[in-house]
Amino acid sequence: MKANEKSGLAGILRAHEAEILEEWQKEQSAGQPRRDQLNDAEIRAASREFLGGVVEALNASGAVDMRSDAWSKVRDLLAELSASRARQGFSPTETATFVFSLKRPLFGLLRKEFANDAQKLGDETWNATILIDQLGLFTAETFQKTREQVISRQQRELLELSTPVVALWDDILALPLIGTLDSGRTQVVMESLLERVVETGASIAIIDITGVPTVDTLVAQHLMKTVAAARLMGADCIISGIRPQIAQTIVHLGVDLSAVTTKASLADAFAVALDRVGARIVKNAAPA
Amino acid sequence: MERIPILRMGRQLLVTIQVDMHDQLALTLQDDLTRRIVADKAKGVLIDISSLDVVDSFIGRMISNIAAMSRVLDAKTVVVGMRPAVAITLVELGLNLEGVRTALNVEKGMALLQEADR
Repeated sequence: MKANEKSGLAGILRAHEAEILEEWQKEQSAGQPRRDQLNDAEIRAASREFLGGVVEALNASGAVDMRSDAWSKVRDLLAELSASRARQGFSPTETATFVFSLKRPLFGLLRKEFANDAQKLGDETWNATILIDQLGLFTAETFQKTREQVISRQQRELLELSTPVVALWDDILALPLIGTLDSGRTQVVMESLLERVVETGASIAIIDITGVPTVDTLVAQHLMKTVAAARLMGADCIISGIRPQIAQTIVHLGVDLSAVTTKASLADAFAVALDRVGARIVKNAAPA
Repeated sequence: MERIPILRMGRQLLVTIQVDMHDQLALTLQDDLTRRIVADKAKGVLIDISSLDVVDSFIGRMISNIAAMSRVLDAKTVVVGMRPAVAITLVELGLNLEGVRTALNVEKGMALLQEADR
């Protein structure tokens, strides 16, 4: 029933492509505060390609259904555009403006075209609205997806960055913990420590908690789990870097750390570790 | 019937678990091992679980039990070669294997037993 009407939309778009592009360009420039990051030539190229894709898709499918194959080219174009804007730090509004600014030129054109036919004007306006809404929704969706990808990548990188395991000596590893320990991080810490124990064959691991801001019962439990897991692999753990405040908290909370060796500073812990592996550091004799 | 071999090295017994542990096998191992500790007058037991990549609470408890039984029979037990994933699983299950000595590999485990026996 609508084949005729829709091809009408495609026909109008094709016939007045240059005109629409010009108007659209103006709209985009007006609604786009971040002129510094986009130049007009780029906008023009993207707009032309996009409009061409839309006309092609309208011609091929005859229906406004973004999910069909005919629209795949338009989908790819939009996805690429909104993804790159999301990465450049554009806001959702700024990104969606690309599509929504097409409304005014398109509706203006329709009004001119069907000035004497109210019925036809209504139909075509409806079609155009559906088209632009779908395009806009798709843009917003892609934008959000890209942002989520960025966030999850950053989280992953932060996790990896925050859990380095360093070898201090033959058989001695150190694990300086920085930031709050939650169960997700404990898992990563535990895994990387155990992997390194296997790799290096270390028999002692020093867990330094100088950089852990607070130790509550949950954090203490996570620490004890890590110590227990390391022990199962044949590595003893020493916990170091316990600040006075944290020592008080631990005792007030009734956390039992008696099963682990604890030291106030990393240096003390290192001395104990050296002693256990049978090594000794001596100062050079003062030159005569 | 499937059995886990128990090898004797001097005054120590060496058990290498190289197949998937199932419950019946674990019980058989307990039987065999206690019998061998008495028969060979063993002073130490070394259990190598480096090929074990799946553990459940039953296997965990069984390892714990074997260690306790050996202790009663005056033989020390060292569990060696535990994989990171297995260690994490056991800890998450709340099985810390208190009272079981552990070492990274067979070499270190043997050194530990021989030192204790001296």
